Formats: sequence, structure tokens, C-alpha cells
Amino acid sequence: MAMLRGRGYASVNYPTGMNLGGDPSQALIHSTTMGNFVVSLSSVDVGQGLKTVITQCAAETLGLPCENVIIDTADTDTGPHCMGTFASRGTHRVGNAVIMAAEEARQVMLEVAAEELEVDAADLEPDGTGYIRLKGAVEKKIHVSEVALAAHFKRGRTISGRGIFLKEKSDPVPETGEMDPDSCQAHACTVADVEVDDETGEVRVLELHNVYEIGRALNPAIATQQVEGGAWMGMSHALFETTEPYYPLRDHGPASFTEYLIPGPADIPVQESVFLERPAASGPYGAKGIGEMTANPPIAAIANAIFDACGVRVDTMPFTPERVLRGLDALRSGDRAAESTSS
Amino acid sequence: MNYRLASIDKDYFADQRDERYSVIGSVVQRSDAFGHVTGRTEFFEDQAPARMLHVKMHRSQRHHARIRGIDVSAAEAVPGVVRALTHADIPNNLYTPLKLIGIGPDDEPILAEGTVRYLGEPVCAVVAETEAAAYDAAARVAVSYEDLPAVFDVEEALAPGAPVVNEYHGHNYFTYEGHHCRRLRFGDVDRALATADHVFEWRYQSSPIEQAPAETTGCIVVPQPDGRLRIHSDTQACFFTLDNTALILNTPPGKLRIVGGTVGGGFGGKVDVAVEPVACVAAMATGRPVKYVYNRYEEMQVSSPRAAERIYIKDAVMNDGRITGRQIRFYADAGAYSRHSPYAITKSAAHMPGPYTIPNVWADCHCVFTNRTPSSAMRGFGVTILDFALESQMDRIARALGADPLQLRLINAYRDGDVKAHRKVAEGTALVEVIQKAAEIVGHELPEDFRRMSSASREGA
Amino acid sequence: MASQVIALVVNDEEREFIAKPGTSLLSGLRDSLGLTAAKRGCAQGGCGACTVLVDGKAVLSCLLAVETINGATVRTLEGVAADGQLDEVQSAFLDGFATQCGFCTPGMIMAAEALLDRNPDPGEDEVAEAISGNHCRCTGYRPIMNAIVDAARRRREARAAAGAPARVSEEVA
Repeated sequence: MAMLRGRGYASVNYPTGMNLGGDPSQALIHSTTMGNFVVSLSSVDVGQGLKTVITQCAAETLGLPCENVIIDTADTDTGPHCMGTFASRGTHRVGNAVIMAAEEARQVMLEVAAEELEVDAADLEPDGTGYIRLKGAVEKKIHVSEVALAAHFKRGRTISGRGIFLKEKSDPVPETGEMDPDSCQAHACTVADVEVDDETGEVRVLELHNVYEIGRALNPAIATQQVEGGAWMGMSHALFETTEPYYPLRDHGPASFTEYLIPGPADIPVQESVFLERPAASGPYGAKGIGEMTANPPIAAIANAIFDACGVRVDTMPFTPERVLRGLDALRSGDRAAESTSS
Repeated sequence: MNYRLASIDKDYFADQRDERYSVIGSVVQRSDAFGHVTGRTEFFEDQAPARMLHVKMHRSQRHHARIRGIDVSAAEAVPGVVRALTHADIPNNLYTPLKLIGIGPDDEPILAEGTVRYLGEPVCAVVAETEAAAYDAAARVAVSYEDLPAVFDVEEALAPGAPVVNEYHGHNYFTYEGHHCRRLRFGDVDRALATADHVFEWRYQSSPIEQAPAETTGCIVVPQPDGRLRIHSDTQACFFTLDNTALILNTPPGKLRIVGGTVGGGFGGKVDVAVEPVACVAAMATGRPVKYVYNRYEEMQVSSPRAAERIYIKDAVMNDGRITGRQIRFYADAGAYSRHSPYAITKSAAHMPGPYTIPNVWADCHCVFTNRTPSSAMRGFGVTILDFALESQMDRIARALGADPLQLRLINAYRDGDVKAHRKVAEGTALVEVIQKAAEIVGHELPEDFRRMSSASREGA
Repeated sequence: MASQVIALVVNDEEREFIAKPGTSLLSGLRDSLGLTAAKRGCAQGGCGACTVLVDGKAVLSCLLAVETINGATVRTLEGVAADGQLDEVQSAFLDGFATQCGFCTPGMIMAAEALLDRNPDPGEDEVAEAISGNHCRCTGYRPIMNAIVDAARRRREARAAAGAPARVSEEVA
């Protein structure tokens, strides 16, 4: 009886945005009297960090610090339409909508600043700290709070903007499946190192190496959270999870976390993650959507590593000790089922 | 910061990256984290309106049965029970959530009407002063059934003579523009298989998986002085929930307002419009705030899981590792109702044959109805299990050929300018590079010509 | 059985409320006292989102009938940074990107507080055991584990700098 080690690989792509498109999101932005910019949305943060990333997109476009941006979501009375948080669409769709809205607001901000400074708006730029300055003459500047006050009370201007992103809907050709499904594709390759106990059939994932091409990591910490949290979910899917353990029979369905098994803090692998960035032409600052795909490549990588470790091909999820053990029994009894070349 | 970040390898695509940004690309603290670590983040259930009522559901105890009768008298006799709701109380009881993007037919009742089609299907909602009274009463609803034959396996469901799960479809598959499945036809797979050096065919299977968010699905509906309803919800899609709920209530959408946006994990499990319609009906019927939140049993066994899928992949492969044809028979177990499954199976077809350039592709992708809990969206919808199958297949081919598993992938990797089975020209691809980088970090040696490959050109291929 | 008055010391304040027999501590905190940091994730003792400290020990408040602890001292996440100053566990979670959706965070932090109260220098195995009953679906646990180890180090250093003994008090443990 031994602990057998193996390595497996999987490489995948994943589409950004609702399949076939037709899934708009909108953003409205306006400045308060003191130069804070409220971004009104109806988008949902399920923990993926949308509010933070959208703050960054707005701040970058306005040329202001993140502290000047306030995200107001999600209230259908005050926030414009968003299709929802799914299909790896939030960062891409809402990000683009916010950039569009912030560009419009930025233009008004610069125009008002130009009037106050008595210069041409085209010669002004925000400096990233809260001031709008004359290009090439850094001492000639005005704080955004003064610009906003002037806009409200002197100039009668609203510093505001409207944004929407829509990928026009594509209809598949029924006969062939020809279609335009996505806005861009992100890519990943996962390498899994596992250990199989050939006495119990238990699989332990030792290491997961994750390489992701995500267009642009708008916030590398939040992107890392998605990759490594998702890799854990993929491992959990691979080894443990099912609501119907005797599928297609419906018996013995778990009803609590004592029955629905997932890996706990003592079961987690070492993870190593690397990002590559090939900016997407359609993406906000080049970003692609990666929230969903991160659970995908670990599953096959683990299946392939199990084969590498012990010669058992697991073709049914999850890869429970029982399934691995039955595979090992079949190997020992000489029934090397169908894993050599066929045809 | 003490967080261990992923590194960014800026040598790749260096000529395409823009480094002029100030906030983009930098680590900014999550704007919600302070609320999280102090416990001040407000989730929907942290609302506590005065005089709030509670909804709990009596659910089908059969897989497939005709309802002979529903007796709520014992339930309504429980102290604290305000009323019981059945299908007759729901203005537009029959719906399907994707009607908003033109997908039909309506095939699912909010509360069962005449027939139940899966174990756990909602039959009768009880509204009570306390959660305990609502549970007690829901258990006392008496439903008499006449069992009908049930089917649980996707291929059995498609076989002639199988019991029809959902008569609104008339057969056990969703119809795609006249076809019994979503078709993908590209090149000539039969010819590829006939002329290949090797043909490999294997089968893959998964079972349903639960989203398992830390917070369960739920909502609190608060009637407003002006007659509108304010719905505090953990939906992943506010307007989608609002518009569907308005259709079901047969009420002007302007009468509803959703307040949400802060959700304790979704993973696809909170796009089903599962609780809001009944809670709104209860709130309108009583004029009082109403809470309807799934318990953990309901979240695991009644709310939509990730679909079980069965996938057969048959490949035409040449001795040099090129895959020249791929034929896929794909079956997604939608359970008893459509929900979002018809959408996902088209997404599955769009994903085929994986991130590889294969000149001949044939796929039949079936959305199959069975007598189980309807499946629906989950992270990677339509793709996750398919990727398990596709990438297991690649490993098996490599082993059968005695080839290196990463080199086999690189030989077949899709690149800029390639045409996938859906006929959209690929751009912005990077599969080659993620494989190269993965090989580098784990010390998997690739020959020089594989290290020099690029997604942007066919050089080195 | 009749309802009874429950008296607890919650986050250093004496609080009273009326509860029916069998009312959970979680319900008492959330519904009667308006303290909503502790979450209802399953009401089955399976997810740990409701974890609070009762007389210094981490408990699943959804499983504890409140009449069985009448008079006890209870600490919830609201009581950890009552003065507005984050403690070491909270700041380590913040800096360590150990939160995503945030729903499990209150339970995680209270489980960590209980651990660090009895063991100021826990090993990774001990950290894993302390939060083994706390469900997190977002993070994969690694950032949470690292944050708790980091919090222990911060607290030891803070105590050393203040000249206090590393171990807080045996009676709490």
C-alpha cells in the first residue's frame, strides 16, 4: 500500500459576457457640490469585488483618487438597468458603461475648470490627486471641489455623464450553430499535483499552479482572489460535491453541510498563480471576465493527475474514494478498461 | 498588505500592454472589506421591519404525480397562521424566467397546479406570524396524489415511450428552432473519422452540484405607504427579478422596487426569481412585511443545482497529434423545467470543441427534461463540466499516442485568425502562452519550437 | 412553558429580553437585540456563520437555546471594535484580502478570536481546526488561514511592545 503521486494538466478558454450578447448595463455618474462623484448602478456585488473595481474604473477615467468616487448600487428606483451579475459580464459590461459615463462627466469637469482658470479645456488634465492642472504649468491648477462648487452655484452646469454597454444580440443559425457568442475570451492553464492513497482511494491535491491570461488585472488582489478561490471550488467539485450521490437516483441527497462535503481549511493545496495580460479591445482598460472560469481547469487537471498517479481514469464526477478504489480494483484484476488505443 | 498576490509576467504581450494608468492595475483595498470585518455590512436578512410575517413552503413529496386535492384546514388551524396560498392566489402562475429574452414556452408554475413534476416542488405557501408557526403549518398541509411514472435518466427520457415530464413542451427535450437539440455543424466529421489514423471515443458524466453560497436565497418584502412594494433581495440580477416578478404578479413594474446589491455569495444560484413572487403575493394579501428565505435543505435539494451532464466525445486524430474531427453528443439534465438551461446549452455549443482549432466539428447538444429538481445557472454555466470532459479527452489522446500532454495541446491550440466551429474568427487568443508559462513554472520542458510558438501567428507551429 | 426574561452581558452591556423556550441565541441577538453581525447561514450548526463567544468560548449560536445560558457573557463581532479601532484579527483580515462576500467573516473572526484567546501562537493545523466548522465558499480558506496567523503575530508584537504577557489569561482559556 502506497501513496502515489501524479501531475495533470488542463488548458481552457472562457467567454466574457452573456452568451450571444444582448445583455446591456448602464451607469449614471454625477458630481456632488464638493466634487465627489456618485456612480449610480443597479449592479450586484456577490463578493467578486465589483464595487471596488468599478470605483477604480471611474477614478482612472476621471483622473481623480478612488476616495472621490461613491458607488450607489443596487436600487431599481435610483440605479439604471443592469442585466445582472452572471456570465462573467460584470467587470466588462459595467466597467465599460462607467468609463463611458465618466468620460462625459470628465469633459464637463474640464470645461468648468477651464472657465474658472480662463484657459482652454483641451490644455487641462486631472493630476490624479484631486487637482485639475494646466499641462506643462503645474502651479496653475484648481481643486475638483472648487470646480464642482463653481459648476453648481456659478455656472449652472451638471458635471454628469451617462454610459451604457451593449453587445448586440446574435442569433444562432439553427442548422449549423453559426453565431457570435462572446465579447472576448480569457485563457488558463492549470497544473495539479495530487497524491492518491491506493489503500483508501482518497485523493489529496497537493499543489495547484494557475496561469491565467485575463486581459488586464484591474485590481491584482481581487483577481487573485477569484483565481485561487475558484481553484478551490474546482477542487471541491472534482473530489467531493454532489446533491445526488447516487445519480440518477434521487436518494440520499444531502440537506446540510455535514452531509454536503466540501474541502475544509485543512484540505487545501498550495497554490501558485501567475497572470498574463493581453488586453481585450472590447474590455474596460483591456479587462476580460474571469469570475466563472476559475473553477473549470482544476477539475480535469486533477482527473488527469489521478491517472498519472495510479492509472485510474475517472470519467465520472466527483472522484470519490469509492470510484478511485473501484478503478484500482479493476486494474489489479487485470481489467485495464479501454484506456489503450481504441479503433 | 499581507496578501500573497499572483505575479504578473509582463514579458508576455509586452507590446500590447499600456502602462500609463494610475489606479488601474494597482491593489486597491476592497471597498466592502471594512464593513465585512466589523460586521456592519448589511445583507437583506439584516432588515427587521416591524410586524413582519414569515413564509414557509409545503413541497411535493412525489417525483411525478397528479394532485388530487390540497387540504389546508389543519395548516390554517395552527396558531399564528395568517393564511395559506395556493396556485389560485398567484395572478400569472405559469412562467419561465427567460421569457424576458424571448425564450419560451412558459412551462413552470409558481405553485403546483394539477401536477407535481419533481420532489420538493412548491405546492402551498403558508404565511404566519413566526417562522416556527409557518414551519409547523406547512408540514400540516395535506396533499393527496395519484402517482405518475417518472424518468430520471437523460437518455431514457429521450427514448421512445418515456413518460412526458413537462406537457408544455410535449416531449422531454427543449426545441431549438425546430430541432430537438442545439446543433453544431462545421466541416465533415464523418470524413475526418473515416480518414483518421486513430479514432477515440469516451464518455463523461457528472451529477448535480450545489452553489452553496454562505447566505441562502431569500427576500423581505415591505409594503410602502404609496402602495408600492420594496423588495430587499439577494438576487444577482435586480431588474431581471423585478421584471419577472411584475409579470407573475400581473402588476405594473413601477409598483415594485428592488433593493439589493450586497449578496453573501451567488455562484449562479440567485438568478432564478425563486422567492420574490410568493413573498410579494403574501405581502399584498396581508398588507404586512413578509420574509421568505430558503433554509439550507431547500438551498441544497430544492433550489436549482448545476446540471448533471453526460458527454460523449469521439475524435479523429492523426499520428502527429492533430485532431482533425470531433463529434460530441451532449446531454444536460435540466430537471423538470427550463429555467435557464436552454440558454446554457447554446453556450455549451458555442464553447465546442474547446480552445482548439479542429476543422471538422459535429455536435448535438440536448436540453433534457427529467423528474428531478430543475437545474439552472452556476459559475461556468454550460462550460464547467464540458471542460472536464474536453480536457480529460486531451489527456487520454496524449497518452494513447505517447505524446506530451502540453505539446499535444499546443499543436491543436487555437490562435488569432483561426475559425472556430461557430465560425467567428478568433482574436486576442492566448492559449499558447498560458500553456508555455505553466510549463515554465512547473519545470515541464518544452522543445524550442514549442517555446517559440505564438498566439499571434502560425510561426513555429 | 412560558416565555422568560433572559439577562445576558453582551459586549460589556447588560441586556434583557423576553424569549420563548427554545429560542436560539442567534435569534435573541439578531431579532431581540438588533445585533446582526452574527449570520444565519444554515441554522443547523453546519456553517459557522453564527459563531459568537459565550463566556470566552466559540459557540454556534444557532444551536444554543438561550434559556440555557441565562446570565452568560456574550461577545459578538459588534463588540470587537466597539471603539471604532480594528483589533489585530480584523486588521489582518482587511490587509490580507481574507474577505470576499463577507457573509462568513463575522463567524470566522469570532472563531479566530476564541483561538487566539487560548493560544497566542497557533500553528497552521490549529488555525485550520479552529475554523473547520466555518463554511466559506469564496476564498478557498488560504487567505483566511494566513490572516489568522498574521493576526496572532500582530497581537504578540503589540503585547510585547506594551510589556504585557503573551498569554492573556488562563481563566478565559
